[in-house]
Amino acid sequence: MRESLKRIAAVTRVRNLEFLRDRSSLGWNIVLPVVLLLGLALIFSGEGKPLYKVGVFTEAQELSSDLHPFLATQYIYFFKVDKLEPAVDKISRHQIDLLLDLTVEPPHYWVNTTSPKGYTLERMLGGKPLAKGVEGFQRQTVDGEEVRYVDWLVPGILGMNMMFSCLFGVGYVIVRYRKNGYLKRLNATPLTAFEFIVAQVLSRLLLIMTITVVIFMATWLVLDLRVEGSLLALFVLALLGSVSMIAMGLIISSRVTSEELAGGLLNVLSWPMMFLSGVWFSLEGAPEWVQASAGLLPLTHLLNGARAIMLDGAGLLSLGYEISVLTGMTVVFLLLGAATFKWTRE
Amino acid sequence: MSAILEVRNLVKHYPAVQAVNGVSFAVPSGRCFGLLGPNGAGKTTTVEIMEGIIQPSSGDVLYRGEPLGPRFKQEAGIQFQSTALQDYLKVRDQLQLFARFYTRTMPFDDLVRLCALEDLLERDSRFLSGGQRQRLLLAIALVNDPDVVFLDEPTTGLDPQARRNFWDLVNGIKARGKTIVLTTHYMEEAYRLCDEIAIMDHGRIIAQGSPDELLTEHFSDVVVELPREHFPVDVTAFPLPLLLKPGRVEILTNDVNATIETLLAENISLQSLEVRPRTLEDLFLQLTGKELRA
Repeated sequence: MRESLKRIAAVTRVRNLEFLRDRSSLGWNIVLPVVLLLGLALIFSGEGKPLYKVGVFTEAQELSSDLHPFLATQYIYFFKVDKLEPAVDKISRHQIDLLLDLTVEPPHYWVNTTSPKGYTLERMLGGKPLAKGVEGFQRQTVDGEEVRYVDWLVPGILGMNMMFSCLFGVGYVIVRYRKNGYLKRLNATPLTAFEFIVAQVLSRLLLIMTITVVIFMATWLVLDLRVEGSLLALFVLALLGSVSMIAMGLIISSRVTSEELAGGLLNVLSWPMMFLSGVWFSLEGAPEWVQASAGLLPLTHLLNGARAIMLDGAGLLSLGYEISVLTGMTVVFLLLGAATFKWTRE
Repeated sequence: MSAILEVRNLVKHYPAVQAVNGVSFAVPSGRCFGLLGPNGAGKTTTVEIMEGIIQPSSGDVLYRGEPLGPRFKQEAGIQFQSTALQDYLKVRDQLQLFARFYTRTMPFDDLVRLCALEDLLERDSRFLSGGQRQRLLLAIALVNDPDVVFLDEPTTGLDPQARRNFWDLVNGIKARGKTIVLTTHYMEEAYRLCDEIAIMDHGRIIAQGSPDELLTEHFSDVVVELPREHFPVDVTAFPLPLLLKPGRVEILTNDVNATIETLLAENISLQSLEVRPRTLEDLFLQLTGKELRA
């Protein structure tokens, strides 16, 4: 046992050294998430964009609700247009959702019949101004802080970065070692496949967790992220998610001997996760089979859990489902990977 | 002398070829055993089966009388024909990494001195010359102070100087009482290093013994060599059988005096005449019908 730990530590150490001394790959692993973070900060700084855009053609200097009561409606961006015709063109191309002409009596409005936003605005224009709710309904209200898209997106981006690093950082590297014969050399020593795999997982885990924690903290500072739950719970979940995705990469790398094939197979795993695991958008309302397939991907459970902790303040105890699925996947992937592992190209 | 390694009826099929076709031999403890053969003879496959890297289709390999197991991995040192090492590591890191895999290790300074790596310890192992790299790979093979050392074509691709230096290192290892299993293309290498050789062709052993035994067993004659230009262009009418080699002519004979008399009678100049005993190179050619490095 002591001998075994000594061997694992030695392989972990040299893998770390290799990574740290390979400036280009180290740079890439740090630069990519930082660029993503800066991009996010840029896109989401300042006010959010209004939902509806309404052009108003008028001779008045300033827009006000004196011109027309509709202009008092909240959450709509009203702006003055100087010429009617170009504005009508913009309506036809969905660049403006509705156009009011207040220079004629009665006022005209232009709407694009294929525009959903135009349709909605048209209904609002025709409705009465709200005094105490809608006639015939009882109004109920709730108050709550808005969940910004960026709060929702940051765990997705970090998770995606972890996913790529887990899959390619382990899968690709082991295939390279096998192809160039380094694995064969290791096989001629008392090092076992299990020890070798554990060392690769440990080394990659150390790297991913360090980078992710640093980027997360920086993002938190810059974007003032919403973090309702405990950081420890988040850390534990990220650790579990990383192990499961590294183990997934191990299956690919357990016998493949060509880097091209490995790259292709890793893409086959990573692209569905990019889109089905909810990195960019929620799958709520997607067809059932899509949601079911998403459930097979570890990143889905990592992101669901992370968002529950960050946005809803969930604790680890309430994430039993995510935690058991991730653990189960890790065990299955590791067993499969170790059972099919081959040292040589043969 | 007891056998430290024993190979019995080894067979290895690959889909297209039968690489090893019923090979048996024993490697005595403390000796240098050489496997010779042309490319594709099955040398490397045989050695890699002995190393436990390849599983044989049938047959057994015994180490100290038992099938290969954890003990063998601890006590064997292996240098493959080509080995990649992990990138971005210094020579010192490489040696320390492999040393960590074993319970018994050779003292670091001894190992470095034995393989003449003193000046290279801080060098990134990617930037070593061919000879330096082979010395590092040898040091890695010796890191566990092994009882048996496998060297698979260790000097292929080295310049003559580096090859000679490497032979000195191997003789140093022999002096420590290690058993060595060596494969090689170079007959001179086998002759200088090996106590016993087995010549392989088409997956079988076709001759085995000490180099000198094999030579006396197969040859009673010697070779008389002369430059080709001493002979007329057309030699078909020459009274002695001649072997035409690039730039020279060889005459095999049991009676050197009679041969020289014939040459003088034919008015052949004896300038640059050389008489040499038959070599392993000749034996190899005779047994396999192939030039060694063809």
